[in-house]
Parts: sequence; C-alpha cells; structure tokens
Amino acid sequence: MFGLDKKDAKLLLIVAALVLFAPFLLNPFPTDSAMAQFNAGYPDLMQRFVIFGIFAIGFNILFGLTGYLSFGHAAFLGVGSYSAVWMFKLLSMNVVPAIILSVIVSGLFAVVIGYVSLRRSGIYFSILTLAFAQMSFALAYSVLTPITGGETGLQLALDDPRILGVAQTEGGNIPVPGIFGLEMRSTAELAIGPWEFVFNVGYYFSGILMLAAFYLAIRIFRSPFGMMLRAVKSNQQRMSYTGLNPKPYTLAAFVISGMYAGLAGGLMAAMDPLAGAERMFWTASGEVVLMTILGGVGTLIGPVLGAGAIKYMENIISKINSEILHGWFAFMPDGLEDLIVALIYPFIGKGWHLTLGIIFMLVVIFLPGGLVEGGQKIARLFGRKKAADDETPGKSTEPAE
Amino acid sequence: MGILEVKDVNKRFGGLQALGDVNLSVRENTVHAIIGPNGAGKSTLLNCLVGKLIPDTGSVMFDGKSVLGRSPHEINQMGISRVFQTPEIFGDLTVMENMMIPLFARRDGAYRLHAIESVQSEKSLIEQAETMLEDVNMLDKRHMHSASMSRGDKRRLEMAMCLVQNPKLLLLDEPTAGMARADTNNTIDLLKEIKEKRDITIAIIEHDMHVVFSLADRITVLAQGTPLVEDEPQNIKGHPKVQEAYLGEAH
Repeated sequence: MFGLDKKDAKLLLIVAALVLFAPFLLNPFPTDSAMAQFNAGYPDLMQRFVIFGIFAIGFNILFGLTGYLSFGHAAFLGVGSYSAVWMFKLLSMNVVPAIILSVIVSGLFAVVIGYVSLRRSGIYFSILTLAFAQMSFALAYSVLTPITGGETGLQLALDDPRILGVAQTEGGNIPVPGIFGLEMRSTAELAIGPWEFVFNVGYYFSGILMLAAFYLAIRIFRSPFGMMLRAVKSNQQRMSYTGLNPKPYTLAAFVISGMYAGLAGGLMAAMDPLAGAERMFWTASGEVVLMTILGGVGTLIGPVLGAGAIKYMENIISKINSEILHGWFAFMPDGLEDLIVALIYPFIGKGWHLTLGIIFMLVVIFLPGGLVEGGQKIARLFGRKKAADDETPGKSTEPAE
Repeated sequence: MGILEVKDVNKRFGGLQALGDVNLSVRENTVHAIIGPNGAGKSTLLNCLVGKLIPDTGSVMFDGKSVLGRSPHEINQMGISRVFQTPEIFGDLTVMENMMIPLFARRDGAYRLHAIESVQSEKSLIEQAETMLEDVNMLDKRHMHSASMSRGDKRRLEMAMCLVQNPKLLLLDEPTAGMARADTNNTIDLLKEIKEKRDITIAIIEHDMHVVFSLADRITVLAQGTPLVEDEPQNIKGHPKVQEAYLGEAH
C-alpha cells in the first residue's frame, strides 16, 4: 500500500489513526474531574505535538541516518517562521503560500550552512552548526531588525499590504491565518456527558502535513538514498572506495532535514502569526536533539514519540503547582502532607526540567534505543510465547523500527 | 602495455624517501604480486594507485587514463576496487545491504538522489547480489548484521562487494593478514576460483610467501621504496638480490 511494505503501512495507519483521534485520546478525563489537568487535548498543545513531531522527524533524517549531530536546527525553524509571517504581511493570510515559502527559504539557508558545516564531521560539525545558529539568532535579534522585528519579534500590522488579501477586516482588526477562508483557529466542540472534546482546524491541517512528512520519511528510510545515508554513518572510507561520494548525500540529508524544520517553523507561524528570534536560540536546537534521542534515534516513530513526551511534560507537568499538590494529598495528616509536597515540589511547575532531565538520563542509560526500545521490550514481554511459535530466521535481523 | 602503468613514481614524507623511481607494469588478466619487507613502501604505492596519496613526481596510468589528482570514488568508478588489510565493510548494515551499495554505485554513479524508490523494488540488483553471495558461500548469511560476523566472513564479504562491481583491476592489501592457515587456504581457493570465472586483473600485496607463490603470475620485489626485480615466480625464488633483501632474513 502506498508503495510501502506491510509493516510500514501498518505503522503509517496507526500514526494516522492517532492523529485523527487525538482530540479523544488526549482528553481521557472528564472536564470537571481532578484529573482534568492531565488532559492534553486542547488545540494549542495538540498543534505543538504535531509541529514538533515534524521538526523531530526531519532532524532524525539527518542525525538518525547519517549520524551527523546538528546543534543548530532551530535556525531553520526560525527562518521558516519569519518567511511565513512575511508572506502573511505581504501576500495574504492564506497559509499555503506562507508554508511553501518557509520550506523553500529554509532549504536555501540549509544549503549554505550545510555546505560550510559539512566540511567537518563529528564534534566540529556540531560546533559549526551551533555557531551558525547562534549567529542567526544574534543577527535576528539586532542587525536584521528591519526584517525580523528584533526584540519584539515580527508581528502583523494593520497597514501591511497583503496584496492578495485584505489589510484589515471590516471590524478594523488584523485578519487571521486561514486556508481558503477556513480560519486556522476555528474550533468545534463536542460534549459527551462530562467529557468535552475539541476539534481545531489548525491542528488537523498540521496533523495532515505531519502525516505527509512521516510518509515521506518512511519512503526515504527505505530508499537507496536512505541506505546510502546509513552507509555514511557506518563507513565513509568504504563508501568512497566503493565509488560513492559521501558529501552530496550528507548535504542532501542536511537540506531535507532543514526543510522539515522550515515546514515546522512555517506551521508555528500559521497557528499564531508572529515570529521571534528566541525560536532560533540554542536551547531550541537542543530540544529537538533531546526529542530524537528520547524517542529513539534512527527509528521511524521515535522522534514523534519524543516530541510528544517532551511537549506534554513542558505543558502539563509545569502547570502543577503546590496548591494542586496539597489538594491531592489532603487526605494525609498535615505533617506528612507537607513533607510529601515538599519532596515532590522540585519536580513540578518550573521544576519540570528536572523531571525531564531524570527521565532523559534513565532512558539514555537503560534504553539507549529510546522509548521505541522500551515499547519493543514491553511488546516482547507480552508476545514472547507467540513469537516463539512463528519466529522465522532473519526476521529479527531486520532494522528495528 | 599493461592495464596499470606506474612510471618513475617518487613519494617523500619529510626526510623519508618512501618511494623512489618506482616503475611497475601490471598486464591485463594476470595476478601481479608486490612483495617486500616491512617499510618497503608497498602500502604507500597502493595508496598512490587509489587516490589516497598523490605522488610527488611520476605518473600512474590506468586503462590509458591518468589516475593522479582523482579522488578515491572517481578512481573506483574507473574500474579499480580495493580490499583493505583489515576488512572495511558497512558494519551497521546487513550483508545484503553491504552488497547492494556497490551495485547502486556501479549503476547510478557517485551520487544520485533516489529517495522515493524502494530498495526492495530493485529486483535485478537483488538478484545480482544474491548470485555473488552464493559464489562466496554467504547466501545463508544475507540477513546477518555484518559487524557480528567473523573476520574471515568479513573478508569474504568485502571481496564480494568489490567483485560484484566487476572491476577491471582488483587491489588486495594483504588479504590473508592475521588469518589462520585454513582460512588462508580458503582465500587462495576463492581467489583462484574468481580468476578462473572472470576476466580480471589482480594486484596483490602480500607477506605470506605461500599465498604469493600459489597465485602470482608475476612478482615485483620492493625494497626501501625501489623495485629490485620484476619477474615470474620461479625466477624470483632463487634470485640473489631477493634472497638478500627479503627472503634471506624472513626464512
């Protein structure tokens, strides 16, 4: 199906189902219950899940296949956002041209940065990409203020030309991004008993693009090109003595992953039409590295899982405060309650980074293959009996996904 | 006129004259061995042939074209494949994938962005890879992770990867170094078989005299970066200069 073998097609369908039903799956708790704060099914967060999913899928094409660890991919995210906002300012509020421009501009940017950075490998490559990204950040923050809006970021204004659209709405407001008249922010709600589910246009638009990006990634992984990228990681010396030039392969992987980042950046601007330099800051580059490693480097689904896990923690765990904790442990005697709250407190709210750090360390030490490896281990635990019956030689040697 | 012509090649590393006026002619469809004691310049010479080193002076012509100044992948595309002293394979990949990469390189050239087609749909290349694996008795290992194989199997895989490209010239850098006697004999048999089956020129650098005298049609003896003699095996054994420079101390 779709030119994929059975296993990959199944994976794609599972991911498609997850994207489609996410508004239900992420809101498992009734709106008024105490657990409702663990619900992640609101548009803003769901959009972030899929957008950062795209970012991580793209990053994994470079890092997972070729082994080149870029520490500057947020630069492409930022360039994508700026391009999209400029399209909103100059052309119209339609997201399609905005996103196309994001991908093209970040792709061109990636050609330049990749061409220079790929002259070195290993840690020197990482440092070069980091330097480029920080340079882009600094430029966007200061010298390039006319293009980037500097400190305040690039925002829409009432007097923007928008030659194919309207400069302002009839009510005198700035128009909002949409796709052929359908606004990205428009949302339908569905209440079933105490549950409430939200369906957002922007989320589904980003979700469909993530599925397309995921499908393309599967095709790349299974193609001769993908095999060459793994050869780059494995043994570049053998590669050149086999008549292959590793450089253009690596550069192509770099540019493709830069374009994925640009797509993610464009979508971020399409959901909320502003772009700031902080999107290019080195911590943003580090975040996508964490996502990919947490989920599983070089696996298809891993980066998506990693992006979801980190964005969930960032938005849900950080919202828990000490009052909520006291509410949970109110049934305990006062002294014990205070003690437990005091023990947990460093890990919640602003301390969510600590929780993330610990989880990240545990994953790297015990599950070097990331969450995907964890999932495989659990699946094997349950499927051991069955697997013993139909295990065929060679089956276990397929690359693990 | 040989398929490979090395003329007056000199190579210096600082104060060390690694190669001095090396002349070498490898005739088509022969097995040409290059022997010599440690430090004789054998590896330097080989590296000059495949583009890893550029000689200071002299010329290296392959098939009527100069290889000097070309990068290793361009020289491979001209028809020279190289087997390394320690097997160089794609350890993270399966045996079958290791075989597919040289086939893609031969068909599509040094670079092609074929990112959408699937490897599995390349039926004719898969067939070629399987035939080659069968020739080297490795077909049953085709799904194996190649890093997990024994050194002997890695060597055979590397040889198969080179041969599947149908090179005009196969360069072997001490193919039996560190091998047990039984494995060495297997390698000799494999090379003899390869030679019988196809038109191929083989240049081999080797320490093991047993291997050299079982395979070579011609032998060049290198000592201190300069060729001493180039002759047929039976004339080499008794040659006084060779005895002095090499066999005398080795045996």
